[in-house]
Amino acid sequence: MKTSAYLKKGKEKDLIDALDTKARLQGHVIVPCLDGDTVTFKPAEPGCTPCFSRPAVSPPKGVIYPQSETLFSFKFKKDPEDARRTLIDLNDAIEAPDTIIFGARPCDARGIAIIDRAFSQTDTPDPYYLARREKTTIITLTCPEPSTGCFCTRVGCGPAEKSDSDVMMTEIEDGYLFEALTDKGQAILKNPVLEDGTAHEARAKEVQGAAHERMVKEVGETDTRPVDPELFHSQAFWEKAAERCLGCGACTYLCPTCYCFNITDEQVVDKGERIRSWDACMFHHFTLEASGHNPRAAKALRLKNRIGHKFVYYGEKYDGIIACSGCGRCIRGCPVSMEISSIVAALKEGTKT
Amino acid sequence: MSDSNSHSSGDRGGSEAPHPQAGTRTYSEVRRGEQRSDNEGIHMKANWSETKNPYLPDLATVIGVIDETPNIKSFRVVLNDEEKMKRFSFEPGQVGQLSIFGVGESTFVINSPPTRMEYLQFSVMKAGEATAALHDLSVGDQIGVRAPLGNWFPYQEMKGRNILFVGGGIGLAPLRTLILFMLDTRKDYGDITIIYGARSHADLCYKEDIEAWGKSNDVELILTVDANSPGPPIREGFVPTVLNEVAPKPDNKVAITCGPPIMIKYVLQNLAQLGFNDEDVITTLEARMKCGIGLCGRCNIGSRFICKDGPVFSLAELKRLKFEI
Repeated sequence: MKTSAYLKKGKEKDLIDALDTKARLQGHVIVPCLDGDTVTFKPAEPGCTPCFSRPAVSPPKGVIYPQSETLFSFKFKKDPEDARRTLIDLNDAIEAPDTIIFGARPCDARGIAIIDRAFSQTDTPDPYYLARREKTTIITLTCPEPSTGCFCTRVGCGPAEKSDSDVMMTEIEDGYLFEALTDKGQAILKNPVLEDGTAHEARAKEVQGAAHERMVKEVGETDTRPVDPELFHSQAFWEKAAERCLGCGACTYLCPTCYCFNITDEQVVDKGERIRSWDACMFHHFTLEASGHNPRAAKALRLKNRIGHKFVYYGEKYDGIIACSGCGRCIRGCPVSMEISSIVAALKEGTKT
Repeated sequence: MSDSNSHSSGDRGGSEAPHPQAGTRTYSEVRRGEQRSDNEGIHMKANWSETKNPYLPDLATVIGVIDETPNIKSFRVVLNDEEKMKRFSFEPGQVGQLSIFGVGESTFVINSPPTRMEYLQFSVMKAGEATAALHDLSVGDQIGVRAPLGNWFPYQEMKGRNILFVGGGIGLAPLRTLILFMLDTRKDYGDITIIYGARSHADLCYKEDIEAWGKSNDVELILTVDANSPGPPIREGFVPTVLNEVAPKPDNKVAITCGPPIMIKYVLQNLAQLGFNDEDVITTLEARMKCGIGLCGRCNIGSRFICKDGPVFSLAELKRLKFEI
């Protein structure tokens, strides 16, 4: 049984082309592609130029938890026994193709792991998520260098973190070492494009260690201090912290761990669908009730909820785990440069910002 | 969902609040405690093929529509699947999602008691899109039902105790479930007092019930309306004020309240002044909800979801959650 394999540089596309052919032809091999100046996760199609040198603008969470998906379809029909009545047919067929995410970052994989708990460790698990999750293999790249805004090691993740992936892929001088971390990962390593990796394992380990050290040097070790309870419930703290926020919700859409959603119906003539779409707790109308009452009417309360969910509430349910992978996308994508990392640091420090 | 509703009636699920600032642990420490199942997903503790779809409603038929007030209607529904309807069980205080396909879903308490299972009754105040569509329903129409959802009133722990209900407007709906349940199991409880108010005579819900309770020796009913309401002479005044005038003693009593947020706020304050313990004051909350299963992120109070861990909370629990009405 292979636990590691090697690929020479320049052969990345050969490997991607040789990954599960059926999945690839159907657009279910997802890679970071160069898209003008930016990098985005897209199906590995002929137009895609894979790019592994910097993190994608948005995480690949939509592969498993799509931005919009049909929960079920409904169709109205006349009751054959009573012409005045209408009957309804419901259809909730769930489709989940085999999918490979190639070239995720450890923070991307961590994001998926965080959503995994919410959607599966409950007495009413989400079948749509489970279906796609079971069929997805995650091949993660050791981060070659920190990007601006990254703070993964502060929240218990890291540039070479292996806990949440099926395969770890580490760039070494002339190639990449692939390590299988799960059964799904073993299957990937059987690919004939890959050579034996044993000779390169030691070097990959060094690269991983160095990447981790570098990140720790840059942003520090995991901060396990709890948030200051008094400050966390202080209205003044949140008002100050939210002052700049525009409420645009970009942070939630770029976040690998955000999973709030909306459910809406769409109908054309006699048939329609119930659709689930990503939503954002930073929006005023997210909690607005029909009566006009809004329990989170103030921006400060919405920011408290968003940060509270990631750094306090999620951990209360799931063993103290932080629901943030430190990818820094909310910082890079924020039009007014709000910094979740410094807000959280202030909360842990117990100092007023 | 109905067939998986096998909880014991005394334990109403996790409404105990953990300390909000439990120290965090490093990720690898936590991971060691998690089972790693390679063929599913690394952190998954459920299997797709064994998972029931919690979003798929049961189809149901409206068998009765009652005009309660100018903007509130009650709907009596039965599930189309006869076997499912027979097996359907729930606890007083649990809620359900009603679907109008093509419009959407909204959450309502099941306000008929589990002791009367000919139908499930939901009362709907016309307030938005889904409720307006519900108001257009007539007998024979098809709707979707996802129920039961959420926790329930701790009625087992209320056995042998005196009960005080304080309701306002449509807030009588969840109380009605428990009142009728207690009347159907009357010997289990001590004195039952109901204080109920609405804006005007026309806005009082469940008029038939009110008439019956007024005549019954099983309950003491105190009705009130806001000032200048045309109708037969009854008390005038807001519910929290009337509560203070009636001044029930907290002797072995549990108070259960529901109504508009502003009413609940003052009722909770006044109950505290009357000497009620926080543990003996129970309310049932509402919020904008979508999924009904604690996922979509709308109705949380900290780590607790009103749809799943609620809607029933004691005042003590709400204080631990730092929830302010």
